[in-house]
Amino acid sequence: MGKTLAEKIWAEHVVSTTAGEPDLLYIDLHLIHEVTSPQAFDGLRLANRKVRRPDLTIATEDHNVPTLNIDKPIADPVSKLQVDTLRKNCAEFGVRIHSLGDVEQGIVHVVGPQLGITQPGMTIVCGDSHTSTHGAFGALAFGIGTSEVEHVLATQTLPLIRPKTMAINVDGTLKPGVTSKDIILAVIAKIGTGGGQGYVLEYRGSAIRALSMEARMTICNMSIEAGARAGLIAPDQTTFDYVKGKPHAPSGDDWEAALAYWKTLVTDTDATFDKEIYLNADDLAPFVTWGTNPGQGLPLSESVPNPADFTNPEDRGAAERALEYMDLKPGTPLKSIKVDTVFLGSCTNGRIEDLRSAAEVIKGKKIANSLRLLVVPGSARVRLQAEAEGLDKVFLDAGAEWRSAGCSMCLGMNPDQLKPGERAASTSNRNFEGRQGRGGRTHLVSPLVAAATALKGTLSSPADL
Amino acid sequence: MDKFIKHTGTAVPLRRSNVDTDQIIPAVYLKRITKSGFEDGLFAAWRNDPAFELNQPQYKSATILVAGPDFGTGSSREHAVWALQNYGFKVVLSSRFADIFRGNSQKAGLLTVILPQEEIEKIWLVVESKPDTSITVDLDKKTVSYAQTTIAFAIDDYTRWRLMEGLDDIGLTFTKIDQVSKFEENRASFKPKTLPIR
Repeated sequence: MGKTLAEKIWAEHVVSTTAGEPDLLYIDLHLIHEVTSPQAFDGLRLANRKVRRPDLTIATEDHNVPTLNIDKPIADPVSKLQVDTLRKNCAEFGVRIHSLGDVEQGIVHVVGPQLGITQPGMTIVCGDSHTSTHGAFGALAFGIGTSEVEHVLATQTLPLIRPKTMAINVDGTLKPGVTSKDIILAVIAKIGTGGGQGYVLEYRGSAIRALSMEARMTICNMSIEAGARAGLIAPDQTTFDYVKGKPHAPSGDDWEAALAYWKTLVTDTDATFDKEIYLNADDLAPFVTWGTNPGQGLPLSESVPNPADFTNPEDRGAAERALEYMDLKPGTPLKSIKVDTVFLGSCTNGRIEDLRSAAEVIKGKKIANSLRLLVVPGSARVRLQAEAEGLDKVFLDAGAEWRSAGCSMCLGMNPDQLKPGERAASTSNRNFEGRQGRGGRTHLVSPLVAAATALKGTLSSPADL
Repeated sequence: MDKFIKHTGTAVPLRRSNVDTDQIIPAVYLKRITKSGFEDGLFAAWRNDPAFELNQPQYKSATILVAGPDFGTGSSREHAVWALQNYGFKVVLSSRFADIFRGNSQKAGLLTVILPQEEIEKIWLVVESKPDTSITVDLDKKTVSYAQTTIAFAIDDYTRWRLMEGLDDIGLTFTKIDQVSKFEENRASFKPKTLPIR
């Protein structure tokens, strides 16, 4: 019987297998950042161990760093200590690092692909749950905890139990104004935040094939929001074209050998998935979340649901709590919800294409007086590219703030945070209570909806302008 | 890692589903570079509320957290596990755990036990009416017992063995390190390297 793509990549990386034990899997690339690595390096020191493969390891600073005044010392002493600790650890163990101010600095999941070190068929890990992003290249990529970070540093392997596989089939054609962000929000709303637990997701179908690499990364990025540690898409010509010529892409004979291998990375026609889900792209519309987990989402044209309409008592309880936290009343049209902040950025939607599509909507217009728009490129390279294309000017002329690269307002651990009670339309990935700052309220949206909302002041799509 | 064979203690009910790791410990508390001291960030947003279960005096000395479904979703932060351990929890019971959280807890020695939701509901009722109910979680026998009730739970034999012996994975993998070296000899030359910098 044939194999699914995930099963093929798994099989290629098994170092050792013993009945009744997890497989020992080889890791091709280990990405590191300041928050989940200090205790791992400490563990190495205590055990007198070294980093086995510094040449398969790379670090950037992203979670903690400010996006303003990056030439000055980090103001928060605790953040500064964590970043300094990463720098010291990388120097001591010989790990490549791109620090604040470096042209290759940025969000770890934006940096890997743009350097060309994210390639099809690889196993990629990082102490960050959005490592699933790299699955867009047909890589098996997943987030790990700090104990596992230490394990990979020491051995370049991980003991893992093979996950089940789930196909997410999306056929058809997206309507104008509907993006890959809307696909993944619809998927999560359909299968729930726990629907992918224990599975690797494979996104398939004509609507997926038609997406750019950046749009594919947005989808794979949020696999974890459906509970799946990893999500992937078979590589194709779009993938090969994207990788070719990147700084660490193979060249010459290596390119030909790599390409021949990458072309084998498809799910065999006679392979079976443990579960299959179907969505029709023609039916999808711009999506927005109304609650406090990413599964609590609806098309923008609908209204805040009534918890009483949920038949499952867990869902009903969760909806009640969510509406209380979000300060929303059942029946309120989603399009009437006013926001205070629009955040455009993150590892989900902080790439050049995301900035281009939002700039297209905003060009020549002004944002609503009632709100602020924060535009945060995913990496220093994305920022430079955007500036070369004049996008910074589009945003600044509209009244937005143009920032330096980092995780920024996606998570409340750097200076970019919501105030208690503030409401945001955010292109990031999590609308958890307090995720963007204590007491802050988050509606997850696509870059197009973020841009239209910034102009109108209420949750909107470009069609509403 | 300490060996985990059997633990007896009292429990605190947490009647909420989808408690993500941002709720267990918000990002702003993740800036320490040690594995200790995270208890002050545990459920930080809820700890100001006197009605929150952990603040109620009858649950003060609880060492077993009885959580709702989909506990530990979201971020991969192992700090969530450390925060629970630093606070004094030894065991978390739930009908569904998020994958990364469960993996992290098993690495760090916090026992996560999956029970059917109806059993969780029963334990909630018992603990709420009699907070000093003693609960025993026996990893050797794979049972949770309280009062006259004993419930069996499933856990894979390998993880159970590792937790009961208090073994860390890295040491175990080093016993196979020759196989890792052998695997590396056969890796394709086109696989990318981060060094030298290009």
